[in-house]
Amino acid sequence: MSAEIFSIVTFIYGLSVILYVAAWVFKKSFLGGLATWVTVAGAAGNGAGLVFRWIESYQMGIGHAPLSNLYESLVFFSFSLAGIYLFIEFRYKMKSIGVAASPLFFLAMAYASLPKVNSGIQPLIPALQSNWLIAHVITCFLGYAAFAVAFGTSLMFLVKPVDGRPGTGIIGLIPDSDILDDLTHQMVMFGFLFLSLGIITGSVWANQAWGRYWGWDPKETWSLITWLIYASLLHARLMRGWQGKRIALLSCLGFIAVIFTYFGVNLLPGLHSYQ
Amino acid sequence: MRDKSDSGGMLDGVWRFFASVRLTVAVLLSLAVTSIIGTVIPQNMTPFLYLRSYGEGLYRVFDALDMFDMYHSWWFRFLLLILVVNIIICSINRLSATWKIIFPKTPVFPVVRLKQAKHKETWQVADSPESVKNRFLSYIAKNYRTHEVQPEKDGFLILAEKGRWTRLGVYAVHFSVLLMVLGGLIGSLLGFEGFVNIPEGESAARIRLITGNAEKDLGFLIRCNDFDISYYENGMPREYRSNISLVKDGNVLVTKDIRVNDPLRFAGVNIFQSSWGRTPGKRFKVVFTEESSGVTYESEASLGEEVQVPGDKGVLILDDFKSEFSFKGVNLGGVFIGRLALKDQEPTNVLLPVEFPRFDRMRRGEHVISVSDLAYSYYTGLQVTRDPGVPVVYVGFVLMIIGCYITFFMFHQKVCVAVIEKDGQTQVAVSGILGKNRPGMAAVAKQLSNRLKHLR
Ligand code: HEM
Repeated sequence: MSAEIFSIVTFIYGLSVILYVAAWVFKKSFLGGLATWVTVAGAAGNGAGLVFRWIESYQMGIGHAPLSNLYESLVFFSFSLAGIYLFIEFRYKMKSIGVAASPLFFLAMAYASLPKVNSGIQPLIPALQSNWLIAHVITCFLGYAAFAVAFGTSLMFLVKPVDGRPGTGIIGLIPDSDILDDLTHQMVMFGFLFLSLGIITGSVWANQAWGRYWGWDPKETWSLITWLIYASLLHARLMRGWQGKRIALLSCLGFIAVIFTYFGVNLLPGLHSYQ
Repeated sequence: MRDKSDSGGMLDGVWRFFASVRLTVAVLLSLAVTSIIGTVIPQNMTPFLYLRSYGEGLYRVFDALDMFDMYHSWWFRFLLLILVVNIIICSINRLSATWKIIFPKTPVFPVVRLKQAKHKETWQVADSPESVKNRFLSYIAKNYRTHEVQPEKDGFLILAEKGRWTRLGVYAVHFSVLLMVLGGLIGSLLGFEGFVNIPEGESAARIRLITGNAEKDLGFLIRCNDFDISYYENGMPREYRSNISLVKDGNVLVTKDIRVNDPLRFAGVNIFQSSWGRTPGKRFKVVFTEESSGVTYESEASLGEEVQVPGDKGVLILDDFKSEFSFKGVNLGGVFIGRLALKDQEPTNVLLPVEFPRFDRMRRGEHVISVSDLAYSYYTGLQVTRDPGVPVVYVGFVLMIIGCYITFFMFHQKVCVAVIEKDGQTQVAVSGILGKNRPGMAAVAKQLSNRLKHLR
């Protein structure tokens, strides 16, 4: 059941990407309205799918929140990203950010559908049997999602001409640099709070399971690296000459670290007590 | 900021260096970049493994730079020290200025700036300025810390302020970083972390520490009464559970079932379920099956003992047992590792998985060797830690979150509600400024004006 819902959601998100781009290029407001509603439908389906998957796991007798492996985390990531994006769109009444944000939640769902990502509902191994799992995964991924939106706004900032001219063609449709800069800052603050919460809940959990709150294993360390990059971004804003472009670049660098924390760490040598 | 006139000394230059945000960005980014090293080079392994991966030359260089335990190296700690000094000096430097903002001797409203602020909400009301005054004032008095009314031509201004104290949030964040570093220091000075494997029914008093090759006496015995593993239907592990007792001078202090995520904590010492293993019973049977005829020969054996190959063809010695062994990505479970010395042949290694008796066919020998009648005894792998720094770190955690929330989402706001009569109509304008030039004033102005509009 949830599996079918998720494939439909992937398709719907693909449609939102097309609609946001079309609305932007053709400057048609009905396309923009449609894009929003399609995305709302996708996000609702995404959330409902998670609830169904949760119920299914109980029906299988191995009930647990759908946050326990790569597949489930990607689906949840997509959901948080679409949710945060819609919140921003609603609050700032700006649809052009959707051009940068919708590919991100579409790609996360599309990646989850690849055959190499195991989509089965598996029981929880002993190390994951903890209520901290839910708090940890939700906070981390809300943080990642906010950083992803910040990445989108930073990219738009970077492709906009620097001299403040409105620009021509499609580039000219990008929102004001000031607004983008503000949005990036807001998203980074939100993300920083949630990444801090994610790292902290992870630490408390590790202390519960292994008797140490910090062990410098690659995943922990990469989350700290990400955190340090965003901390330096928050301070770089206070330095003269560091507003704008350099902040946008730091935000992109931070997001690369997010991606590496998420996917790349599996490429590194590491030790875990239980596989 | 310090006054320029008392500068000039070298001390002042050093002070300014350590108070600068430029240094903060440099140190935070340096910590980020150097931390990568320890995720690429596995940490705290034996020199033998490093020598094999990196070769003699590179090994020496890495070793000299403490790359194999970099998070505890002098240079990484030095970076942390600079961060700490930076935070302390920067906070001292700014606190007096922040204090003056929070507790001003004579609070003043920057009326001109407030009236000309970028984000403004305006609307009109049917009543006269005087008739809305009391309504507005009682709302403002309830929701703002301080306010005052200034008469204007044809009307008045209500000036109000709240959230001065939120400027302290950032000090909470910075102080929390100090607490975490301090807690980490306390843990590394006064705490320990070690492992011990205890077979079912046996006890241990000493653990092996993870740093150095040292052992530590706990001052009591840990006895493993029972160890159990259970599995899900698909073979994935469901639960590891050890029933352990702490025993001192023959008295049982405490007994508990410990599981992953459910440790035993006693008198500051924490005992965690960390791993498990099994050892083969003392005696078992080695079975030789002749490939050509299917005839089997059995001999009694034990670890390290010579076993004669049937027909006096040579000897087999089983040296070692591993309770979990992966071969080409397949988990074979428990395996024996042995040496087979057949007459007139080079000795070869053999791998005998207990659960796969035909595995040895791969060797294409005259006999297929397997092990049977094996009884296991299980041992539990416990992690034993003590860390008096944890409470300090946890206070840091809480402070970090509260501080971040205050700094990011609560504002020091000053607002101005201008009520002016113009052409027989009453115009209301709400504008304001947020401390630290935060974005979000538009939202604040909109919210306040909505509230004021709907007052009765
Ligand atoms: C790991 C270490 C640190 C963390 C996590 C941290 C965190 C923060 C955060 C979250 C903010 C708020 C940023 C914003 O308003 O957008 C901030 C502001 C600030 N930090 Fe840090 N910080 C750290 C180290 C330092 C150090 C070493 C200094 C020393 C110069 C420093 C100086 C400042 C200053 C001056 C501000 C601005 C305060 C204000 O807006 O009134 N920080 N810091």
